[in-house]
Amino acid sequence: MNITLKIWRQKNKDDKGGFVKYQLDNVSTEMTFLEMLDYLNEKLVHEDNDEPVAFDSDCREGICGACGLYINGRPNGPQEGVTTCQLTMSAFKDGDTITVEPWRSKSFPVMKDLVVDRTAFDKLIEAGGYISVNTGAAPEANSIPVPKKNADRAFDAGICIGCGTCVASCKNASAMLFVSAKISQLALLPQGKVEAKERARNLVKTMDELGFGNCSNTGACEAECPKDIKLTNIARLNREYYKAY
Amino acid sequence: MTKLDSKIPEGPLSEKWTKHQASIKLVNPANKKKLDIIVVGAGAAGASAAASLAELGYNVKVFVFQDSSRRAHSIASQGGINATKNYKNDSDSDFRLFYDMIKGGDFRAREANVYRAAEISNNIIDQYVAQGVPFAREYSGYLSNRSFGGVQVSRTFYAQGQTGQQCTLAGYQALARQIKAGKAKMYARRDMLDLVTIDGKARGIITRNLVNGEIERHGAHAVVLATGGFGTVYYLSTLAINSNGSAALAAYKKGALMANPSMAQIHPTCVPVLNDYQSKLTLMSESLRNDGRVWVPKEKGDKRPASEIKEEERDYYLERKYPAFGNLVPRDVASRAAKERCDEGYGVGETGLAVYLDFRDAINNQGKETIKAKYGNLFDLYKKVTSIDPYEEPMRIYPASHYTMGGLWVDYNLMTTIPGLYAIGEANFSDHGANRLGASSLMQCSGDGYFILPVTIGDFLADEIRTPKIKTDTPEFEKAEKDVKDKINRLMSVNGKQSPTSFHKRLGLILWTYSGMKRNEEGLKKALAEIKELKEEFWKDVKVAGKADDMNHELEKASRIADFFDLATLIVTDALDRKESCGAHFREEYQTEEGEPKRDDKNFSYVSAWEYKGEDKEPELHKEKLKFEFVTPIQRSYK
Ligand SMILES: Cc1cc2nc3c(=O)[nH]c(=O)nc-3n(C[C@H](O)[C@H](O)[C@H](O)COP(=O)(O)OP(=O)(O)OC[C@H]3O[C@@H](n4cnc5c(N)ncnc54)[C@H](O)[C@@H]3O)c2cc1C
Ligand code: FES
Repeated sequence: MNITLKIWRQKNKDDKGGFVKYQLDNVSTEMTFLEMLDYLNEKLVHEDNDEPVAFDSDCREGICGACGLYINGRPNGPQEGVTTCQLTMSAFKDGDTITVEPWRSKSFPVMKDLVVDRTAFDKLIEAGGYISVNTGAAPEANSIPVPKKNADRAFDAGICIGCGTCVASCKNASAMLFVSAKISQLALLPQGKVEAKERARNLVKTMDELGFGNCSNTGACEAECPKDIKLTNIARLNREYYKAY
Repeated sequence: MTKLDSKIPEGPLSEKWTKHQASIKLVNPANKKKLDIIVVGAGAAGASAAASLAELGYNVKVFVFQDSSRRAHSIASQGGINATKNYKNDSDSDFRLFYDMIKGGDFRAREANVYRAAEISNNIIDQYVAQGVPFAREYSGYLSNRSFGGVQVSRTFYAQGQTGQQCTLAGYQALARQIKAGKAKMYARRDMLDLVTIDGKARGIITRNLVNGEIERHGAHAVVLATGGFGTVYYLSTLAINSNGSAALAAYKKGALMANPSMAQIHPTCVPVLNDYQSKLTLMSESLRNDGRVWVPKEKGDKRPASEIKEEERDYYLERKYPAFGNLVPRDVASRAAKERCDEGYGVGETGLAVYLDFRDAINNQGKETIKAKYGNLFDLYKKVTSIDPYEEPMRIYPASHYTMGGLWVDYNLMTTIPGLYAIGEANFSDHGANRLGASSLMQCSGDGYFILPVTIGDFLADEIRTPKIKTDTPEFEKAEKDVKDKINRLMSVNGKQSPTSFHKRLGLILWTYSGMKRNEEGLKKALAEIKELKEEFWKDVKVAGKADDMNHELEKASRIADFFDLATLIVTDALDRKESCGAHFREEYQTEEGEPKRDDKNFSYVSAWEYKGEDKEPELHKEKLKFEFVTPIQRSYK
């Protein structure tokens, strides 16, 4: 099929940037979205003597969280429950115009084209998204039984891939889903309870400092999250936070 | 000439590590504060090492090429991590895990290292649980286990099909805590492009800042490489697409020896190649073989849908050929068997390069819900990639490049032949011999990072407490920086017509054809010649778009591919030298009557360690003889 792409091009973080239109022919529906961009880049470099479009990706199977783009105004495009690298071109049809943009959020500044700086997420984890146990200080693994239900729920929260879709889909650019997933995972486990209050306080404070917005409960983050992280985590974060004061 | 000293402690197997630890020199806490350590890579191995070293009091600088260390390739590892807890009471023990790994590796690994890996496996699980890894649990609240290929006990701890993710994040979080504490500093979006040695010791690295292209110098008292495997040299692989061998190659060119580079694991259960555009192959975890049955039609070229092929028309070839282990034979065996069936014309799907992995019986016997609980996310992943629903139809799978058993040669302390340069995790060669067993890499990476390196590095650093901060304005740093800049300029100035990726694809195909699941002398020689030609063509006709002093993914790729040519040459050279078959290294000239690998212990019971002798010069082979004091090498049999 033949498609038209409107892609955000921006030289560096200080550049104003803008959309550039590209015509791309002979796109296969079997390509993934990023393979389509690879194909575009190949054409840009070798036929048009242009600079390739910069975008981040690594695992290309939906687990590393490196990719993540706005596609036609939706994070990760029109298919449900996928990361950008898992999106396939079968979601589009011949003649479509596809708009591609980087994440838009004050806390994730654009570095070049579609590449954004997400170190704010690392800063959040550094603020307390861990259990403070030194290597060698751990007790025997089975000495603390964990109800299966809690372990499973901790896992469901723990599978967040840190891609930033939640922030990108939120009109306030809030990081509540990301933060609440980590808070929940650790608060659900007995080993994480000891520091639960401090963790909730520190993460919420840091979230504000980093310029993320507030949560106004619209639920867009849950709807768009490729890993199906639930809003109930935000409710748990709120409970943990109130307990902390 | 470099001399190999593996420093394996004397004494009974189960006492070696304990005794060795007691004999290692210590650095007192006040002195640790004065010592800097560079850790390159922060996957399962690097993050755990960096965090543990920082906890001990060293100053740690961490380098990764991704935007965050949470994205290291380890995040993608799926099925589980082994430990000898024996929670199942099925007679597991350190010795049994050790034996499984030694045998699984076809008697080409060091006894002492492998035993130590088994011995510390339980500490790793304890550590991860304490850090909050939500491993699968029974209704009682106690930890659950499953079995994995190549063994007959259930010793694998898992978090659905995302064990690596959970373990990697635990390491990432432990490191985040040290960053917050000011003991570790993170340098993300950096590519290590060279190693700097001063007076024969590793003293720093040269990196390229991937945001602005700046070439930077970083000094330290010791350097740790935790840069992962280079299975991406085959182009299509199950690894993250940016995984590479450049850091290891840089160390090799500075004098570290490369061990068993030809030992590359081709994993049996991956989504087959679907089209020409494909940039990566998705792994379907080995754990699926616990319940999935592998088969092809009995009739050649039978193209009917699986559902129309009756039970008696199916050839469950693994169960037929290997009744004792059935679908759970080790990876090398399963991969070769799939290739053999497909080469003979029994393969399924449009390309004929696939076999079925069928869950019909498991679903009938255990119910869909049970299967879903065990493998739900893997089934979803498969459906996303192929649009086939494995609850309804069997999966189609085919082998793909997955893991490198070979890597930098290290002694028992995990130090390379360059004093002060360590290699941990998949980047070293130490524990898996000629074939790695499932769920043993996360174990080895975590063991190296949490429990081995932080101890053994003290032996070197204890003598460095009087060495002041390493200055980077020395001639050695100058020279290394210049070499890096020259290489980049050379790449940028070729200005040919072909993309870096097109060369990578062609290189991958040469290796896959001649140095993949089956190898022979004629093919390997052909590969050597073809790689040489392709390398020459690359340096004449590659086109690297963009600028060197800017974010430039094309330049990153080109630089890695330039290194892949040298690695590929080394892989093939090693495969040629090893005139025997063992594990994943299958030389067609050396097989048993039943088509199984035929080892030659008399002549090849050694680790091959290659020394760099200069650009386009033959490397020199050093042999580390393998001594088997505690097991007797036997012909591997899974029948
Ligand atoms: C799909 C898949 C599934 C797997 N499943 C399992 C499993 O279930 N159980 C198991 O035990 N094993 C499994 N493995 C194997 C296991 O995941 C890997 O062997 C292991 O994660 C390697 O970890 P590592 O820390 O050595 O390296 P990696 O995790 O690969 O990390 C490498 C690090 O080095 C950095 N780096 C590399 N080169 C440079 C450079 N030049 N400059 C700067 N930084 C650099 C990267 O940024 C990264 O941080 C699986 C592998 C794959 C591919
Ligand atoms: S590239 Fe890893 S999640 Fe998309």
